[in-house]
Amino acid sequence: MKIRLDHVVKTFETFRAVKDVSLEIESGELVALLGPSGSGKTTILRMVAGLEYADQGHIYFGDQDATDIPVRDRGVGFVFQHYALFPHMTVAENIAFGMKVSKVKREKAAIDVRVLDLLRLVRLEGLGDRFPAQISGGQRQRVALARALAVDPKVLLLDEPFGALDANVRRDLRRWLREIHSELGITTLFVTHDQEEALDLADRVVILKDGQIVQQGTPEEVCRDPKTSFVMKFLGDANVLAAEVRDGKAYASGAAIEVSGMADGKAELYARPADLDWSLQGPGIPASITRVLDRADGRRVLATAETGEHLEFDVEPERLVKAGDGGFVTLRRAKVFAV
Amino acid sequence: MRRNVLPGLPLSLGVTLFYVGLIVVLPLAALVFKAASLGPEDYWRIVSSSRALASYRVTVLSALGATVFNLFFGLALAWVLTRYRFPGWRIVDAMVDLPFALPTAVAGIALTALFTTNGWFGSILGDLGIKVAYTPLGIMIAMCFTSLPFIVRTVQPVLEDLDPALEEAAQSLGGSDWAIFRKVILPLLTPALLAGVSLSFARALGEFGAIIFIAGNQPMSTEITALLIFIRLEEYDYQAAAAIASVLLLTAFFMLALTNWMQSRALRYTVRS
Repeated sequence: MKIRLDHVVKTFETFRAVKDVSLEIESGELVALLGPSGSGKTTILRMVAGLEYADQGHIYFGDQDATDIPVRDRGVGFVFQHYALFPHMTVAENIAFGMKVSKVKREKAAIDVRVLDLLRLVRLEGLGDRFPAQISGGQRQRVALARALAVDPKVLLLDEPFGALDANVRRDLRRWLREIHSELGITTLFVTHDQEEALDLADRVVILKDGQIVQQGTPEEVCRDPKTSFVMKFLGDANVLAAEVRDGKAYASGAAIEVSGMADGKAELYARPADLDWSLQGPGIPASITRVLDRADGRRVLATAETGEHLEFDVEPERLVKAGDGGFVTLRRAKVFAV
Repeated sequence: MRRNVLPGLPLSLGVTLFYVGLIVVLPLAALVFKAASLGPEDYWRIVSSSRALASYRVTVLSALGATVFNLFFGLALAWVLTRYRFPGWRIVDAMVDLPFALPTAVAGIALTALFTTNGWFGSILGDLGIKVAYTPLGIMIAMCFTSLPFIVRTVQPVLEDLDPALEEAAQSLGGSDWAIFRKVILPLLTPALLAGVSLSFARALGEFGAIIFIAGNQPMSTEITALLIFIRLEEYDYQAAAAIASVLLLTAFFMLALTNWMQSRALRYTVRS
């Protein structure tokens, strides 16, 4: 089911949570709404679900205007950050709930069969008789997903689905959700503030700031070509250097980079830690190392440029560097944004 | 005994047990002791006299009626107080506790004044052919009044803590309002409702001050057990008073044990494996 948001606005008392958002989600697509807290991403998701009503604008499911359809008739599956499982029902009863209260009457035997199918789908066979308090967080979120899928929703909506879980569980569940999505092909929209999660999981990432879409595209598009410094910073660690653009080149304390088509003037230069390197001879940005952080896959170096700017970059594990060393930071590639 | 990180267990346990023993167990033991001094035949004769039986009947039935009424009305009141904010909300919320604060005799006199045949309510109800003052209905109303806060105050915090996401989840799964109330909210409130019911019922069984003014106190029809005990005391028949009181004590104890058991059953799902 294709979803379309057309100039949607939502205000809470005096706070404009969502300002004129238009967005299309193709049928079968898996889309992430990514943004910091307060960016309006959860509000958008809740409006698509029907848990909030839009003040202005329209939301279409396919060709149907769903703006005023209440949540119980909208045919969406919603997965909450903190699972929202019914604590007094077993796992199987939780999954069966939607089928039991549905206006479409089903045979008890048919419901039982469906519950077993769903338990298998979310790999929780044999846990049907447990209560939510008796299973782990990752298992609970899988039950919540099975419960949402039980009513054959046209659209699956997930609000920070893995936000409350440990890093390892989160990574597993991400892969698994991707598999389920390709198996069922259901249109899925999820909200996250974790850029890694959005980039790992989604076909398309929609980045939000202050209730507005700042950029959208495939993970490759948004990573390779961030349109604003906000997107650049939000998608990952970035070093920022004050720079100046003159005649198609940006100059920043000892480094220069080609920028075609930018007007002369003050600018900021952004570089990922992997885009910087360390050398003992120039040319480069003169700096001294303040600290070295050893990690499983390399060494992260914290340095201070002569101009006082803090820099972070990665070097290979074999590289012998230590705090107090002086040298030059070289630039492999960078993005320049006018200020 | 396992070592406990939290300090002060032996001391606090000792102090509280000593206190419970002194204030609760000792008087009750004295009561049982006094009743036991009667001997089985006399005891049985007193507790099963027709006047005593009639008093149990009116007390227990009225208490049950009052508790059932409070169950519904208390739940509705707790619901309104947690879900809606309206002008005067704070005043209504504070008024729920008034029956706790008001001397019960004052409540009894006020209720009697309202419900006698020439009172504000009594005259209207009298026209409809309903007599409240000096009937078991009056007893029930007095019991309702004094035990209402128990249900409201046990249910209210649970209702406040109920995660709104549970209802949203149930709605997104297609549940109607009634289905959500019956299958999600009510089961989660059951333990609190049971606790409120048991307190409310126990309080109604023992209520004295509010009832004696409105009840009329006719032996065999509107004489509650607590009053019968009081009459026996006035006659210096301490043993008979203790014997009848022991019946009341047992009933309350049985009732509290039963609701405790039901509560622990209703809370089975919270037990981790």
